[in-house]
This record gives sequence, C-alpha cells and structure tokens, in this order.
Amino acid sequence: MKLLVCVSKTPDTTTKIAFTGDNTALDTQGVQYIMNPYDEWYALVRALELKEAAGGTVTIINVGAASNDTVIRKGLAIGADDAIRVDAEGGSAYFVAKQIAEQAKAGGYDMVFFGKETIDYNGSQIGSMVAEMLDMPFVSYATKMDVSGNTATISRDIEGGQEVVELSTPFALSAAKGLAEQRIPNMRGIMMAKRKPLNVVPAVAVDEKVSIVSYALPPAKSDCRYIDAESMDELVELLHSEAKVI
Amino acid sequence: MVLIYASSPEGQLKKTAFEAVTYGYKVAQSLGAEAVALTIGNVDNAGVLGQYGASKVINVPAGGFDSGVYANIIAQAAEKTGANVVVMADDSTGKSLLGRVAVRMDAGSVSGVKSLPDTANGFSVEKNVFSGKAIASYNISSANKVVSVTGNTFPPEVVGADVAVEDGGITAPESRITVKEVSTVKGTVPLPEAELVVSAGRGVKDPGNWGIIEELADILGATTACSRPVADVGWRPHHEHVGQTGVAIRPNLYIAIGISGAIQHLAGVNQSKTIVVINKDPEAPFFKAADYGIVGDLFEVVPRLTEAIKKHKG
Ligand SMILES: Cc1cc2nc3c(=O)[nH]c(=O)nc-3n(C[C@H](O)[C@H](O)[C@H](O)COP(=O)(O)OP(=O)(O)OC[C@H]3O[C@@H](n4cnc5c(N)ncnc54)[C@H](O)[C@@H]3O)c2cc1C
Ligand SMILES: Nc1ncnc2c1ncn2[C@@H]1O[C@H](COP(=O)(O)O)[C@@H](O)[C@H]1O
Repeated sequence: MKLLVCVSKTPDTTTKIAFTGDNTALDTQGVQYIMNPYDEWYALVRALELKEAAGGTVTIINVGAASNDTVIRKGLAIGADDAIRVDAEGGSAYFVAKQIAEQAKAGGYDMVFFGKETIDYNGSQIGSMVAEMLDMPFVSYATKMDVSGNTATISRDIEGGQEVVELSTPFALSAAKGLAEQRIPNMRGIMMAKRKPLNVVPAVAVDEKVSIVSYALPPAKSDCRYIDAESMDELVELLHSEAKVI
Repeated sequence: MVLIYASSPEGQLKKTAFEAVTYGYKVAQSLGAEAVALTIGNVDNAGVLGQYGASKVINVPAGGFDSGVYANIIAQAAEKTGANVVVMADDSTGKSLLGRVAVRMDAGSVSGVKSLPDTANGFSVEKNVFSGKAIASYNISSANKVVSVTGNTFPPEVVGADVAVEDGGITAPESRITVKEVSTVKGTVPLPEAELVVSAGRGVKDPGNWGIIEELADILGATTACSRPVADVGWRPHHEHVGQTGVAIRPNLYIAIGISGAIQHLAGVNQSKTIVVINKDPEAPFFKAADYGIVGDLFEVVPRLTEAIKKHKG
C-alpha cells in the first residue's frame, strides 16, 4: 500500500504569542516549533503500523520553507521511508491543499493521512480540501481504523459519541486521539533518517482568496474573585445575578 | 443570497443548526439578501428553520453522512439559489465539509468564525487562533465565500415563523461511504453543545469518588467532562476529555474541580464565558483563568455547592 502523510510545523502550545509589524504578523522570535501533534502521534504512526502489517511505503509531505526540514527529518526518524517538501513560504489553507493535491495526484496513493487540525490556526480544512481536489472520500477525526485488503472500517468522533463507517481505498482521513500511540524516534531511526530521500519540489501558483489582515490578543481576563469555601450560597448567588449563567 | 446548511445529527435539528441559521440570517440582512436553509436526509420538522430567519427550506434526501455527497448537494443548492455565501456550523459535519464545499465553489473559506462579517471594505471575519491565545481577522476576497460558525457564540434568535420545505430538484450523487453505526450518549447534552459543564481531574483521586461530581452536574442539568489523565486511565469515557487533544468547548459555565489548569487543558476550555475553579492548592495555575475561585478540599466544597444549588432551585 502507498501511504501519504501530511505533516505540518506549529509553535509549541506553551509558546507566548506576540505580533510584529503593527499586528499583522506573528512574532517568531523565541518561538519553539514542533511537528503538529496530530500529524506526528496519530496520522504518521497509524500509517507506519499499516505498512508494518501489510507492506508498502510511507511518504511524508510538507509545504514550507527549508527551515521545516528538521520536522521532516523527525518524521523520517520515526519511520517514514521518504519525504517531499514543496518549497513555499506558506499561504492559505487553499494554497497548501493545492500543493499537496498536485503531489498526491502524481504519486497515486491509496490513503492520504492528515491531522484533525493544526494547533496554531486550528483550521481543520486542508484534509477536506485535498480530498475534494483528488475526488476521494474523506473521513474526519478518525479514532480507530481497521484495514482488511482494500477496505477500511473507521470510527470517528461526532458530537457526544462515535460513528463507524466503511469505505474502500483510495481515501483520505484526518487523525484524532486514539488512532495510534505516540512513538519516540530512537538513535537508529535518527541515523537512518539522514540518508532517506527528502525531495524538494517547487510550488504551483495559486490565486489566494483568503488572507489574514491583522491579529489581536483576546481581551484581558478580569482577576479571579475568591469565595470562601464555606460560602457556597454566595457563589450560587453570584453565578445567578452577576454572571447570569444559572 | 445566503445559503445555510443546517446539520441534523440523527435526523434532529439542534441548537447548532439554529445558531447557524441565525448567523446566516444576519449576514443576509447586512448584504440586503435573502437567507435560504438547506437540510440533508430525513429531518424532523425542517420548516422550523423559518423561525430563525430562513425564507425557505430546501430538503434533499440522502443516506448517512458522506462529506463528498453532502458537499456536492450544498454546492448544487448554492448554484440553484444563486447563493454566493454559504454558512454552516463548525461541528463534526462542518469540519468534514467546509473545505470540500469551498473547493467545489471556488470559494475562499474560514472555519470557526466568531464575528459577523465586516463588509465595510471587503468581507472580513474574526476567528480564534493559537487555541484562543489570539484572534485573527481574515479577509475573503473571492466572489464566493464559505464560513463555519463557532458554537455557543450566536444564540438562536426567533424572528419569524415556520416556512415551507421544498425538495429543490436536487439529487444526491452515489456515496462511497457506508455508515455502519452511530452511537451517541442519550439523555445528556453532548459536550460541544452544552451550556453548563462540570469537569473534574486527578484531584478526585479515585473513580469511586465520581458520585459527588455527578450529583452536582445532575442538580445543575450540566454535562460532565474531565481532564486528560482521568480519561487515559479509564476513570471516565474518552469523549468526556476536554483540552487541546480532546474536545474544545465554550459553555456559559465551566466548573473545574481538582484540575490543575495545565495549558493544554486550558486550550480546550478557556473560551467558556464563566469559569469556576475549586482546588485545594491556592497556587494552582487554573486560578489565573478563573472568574470565581474557591480554595478548599473538593470533598467538602462540592457537596456544599450541590446543597446551595438545590436551595437556590427549590
Ligand atoms: C501535548 C499535550 C497535550 C495534552 N492535552 C491535554 C488535554 O487535551 N486535556 C488535558 O486535560 N490535559 C492535557 N494534557 C495534560 C496536561 O498537561 C496535564 O498533565 C493534565 O491536564 C493534568 O490533569 P489534572 O489537572 O487532572 O491533574 P493534576 O495536574 O495532577 O492536578 C490535580 C489537581 O487537583 C488538585 N487537588 C488534589 N486533591 C484535591 C482536593 N482534595 N481538593 C481540591 N483539589 C485537589 C491539585 O491541587 C491539583 O491542582 C496534555 C499534555 C501534553 C504534553
Ligand atoms: N504546511 C503543511 N504541509 C503539509 N501538510 C499540512 C500543512 N499544513 C497543514 N497540513 C495538514 O493538514 C492538516 C490540517 O490542517 P489545518 O486544516 O490547517 O488545520 C494538518 O494536521 C496536516 O496533516
């Protein structure tokens, strides 16, 4: 089976967020970057498990600048066979989706894996865009997948529960918690990753339809009001008449 | 024209659908246009969407959820009605559909918007980014636009009466996905839609102690949630886990009991309108995100709070 895993680079959750250029750009000074957890822990690992069980190849793809290569090498160290980086400075979800779709079309993959969302812009759009561009079925927020031959049975998160669906390859899916267990790269993997192919390809031109024009920080939270542990009647009264939530 | 896709999990229109129609109606008003609602599959009482501002409702028969089929239907409906703005909820269907619809319609799209569009120059909408640590303003420059609306942000507003439901002359393409099973918790409001949430963490110490948490939730009519370690060790079901890796929620009231308030937990709950924190450690980081804080032993404080609410309700 030929498997493609889309990986992105995001600031670590604990990063302090600040802006530059009159609040039009993220201040990248001191920002710690990681591989998007959903891509690394769930999408990539489940793809590797499928390969280990039934053979095939796992290719990772990233759309970004050369500074993303460390994240790509980590994916190779965890176990992917090779990688594609579409050389670009970033762009809208549509831009990224278009680049992935171009490469995926040429590769003829059986499954295309995404994370459920990137933890920076929380878009949750690219997987469904690529699926549409490739005319593939798409299952979002997959928490469990069994594969037999070219048929997959997938559980996915829905409001207050789960839905179980069945479909045949080729298809695309986005990975949520539960799909696999995080793997830590070992020394051998890290050494081998250095010699695995990382193909850099140029981006195709896209007419942008969406852009971020400015950023703002959320309004400052007012200070916590402490209530005596003995005075729960007072809390209930405040929740009722001040916060108006009960 | 503004087209609103109203999702109907298990055939039911819920608050998320009414919120999407309310939002779409307001967008239509600001553009001097009409709002048309679309439902897909067997839906109880779809005409009720008229109450939230839809001038008509189109219902298209289809089988279980398949993002490819549903996106095709939505794009067809947009074309038939001449809609250049499509609105949907940022729920599990919206997350599977939005990008597909955008590609089909050659539209710019933004997910999880939290403001009405500013149409003074162009069309811009706000969205929370970096797990609520910032707000970004997106401009959509294409003629067609697709947005999904964050839950619990635009309360449903009744502005009219039931309207007729038409079939719209749209046929669904064949599906490539078979839905085998849908299992959802019955009797409680699912977490993403809940207005009141009682949540607990490792401070509860033992799954046998969960009774006091459930009693408080019951008396309030709240949905229960938990921190990640509690779900990981199986004290609580996985779908109750909130935070960066779990469900993101924005209820009116979030009561956090015996939860330290790690950044990854806060990422999923910091959009709640009012946060109450009960923790025995005055240094717990959660107090920084709290509106009301109680420093004390949860085993004493929670039963006392339950009693106080009983008294208030009775
Ligand atoms: C990448 C990543 C993603 C993560 N995603 C999530 C996520 O989505 N959701 C999530 O919740 N966590 C997540 N975590 C884990 C997170 O960092 C914390 O470890 C976790 O939230 C802690 O859970 P807790 O507050 O229940 O437990 P603890 O940190 O152990 O806190 C227990 C709290 O209970 C209090 N307490 C103890 N006894 C009592 C008592 N008798 N009365 C009152 N208070 C008491 C203590 O003072 C303490 O503050 C993630 C971590 C990582 C690294
Ligand atoms: N620059 C990128 N390169 C490759 N894949 C990406 C990129 N950005 C996002 N993705 C993939 O798309 C998924 C969803 O991203 P998003 O729609 O931005 O939330 C991520 O989890 C990744 O799998």
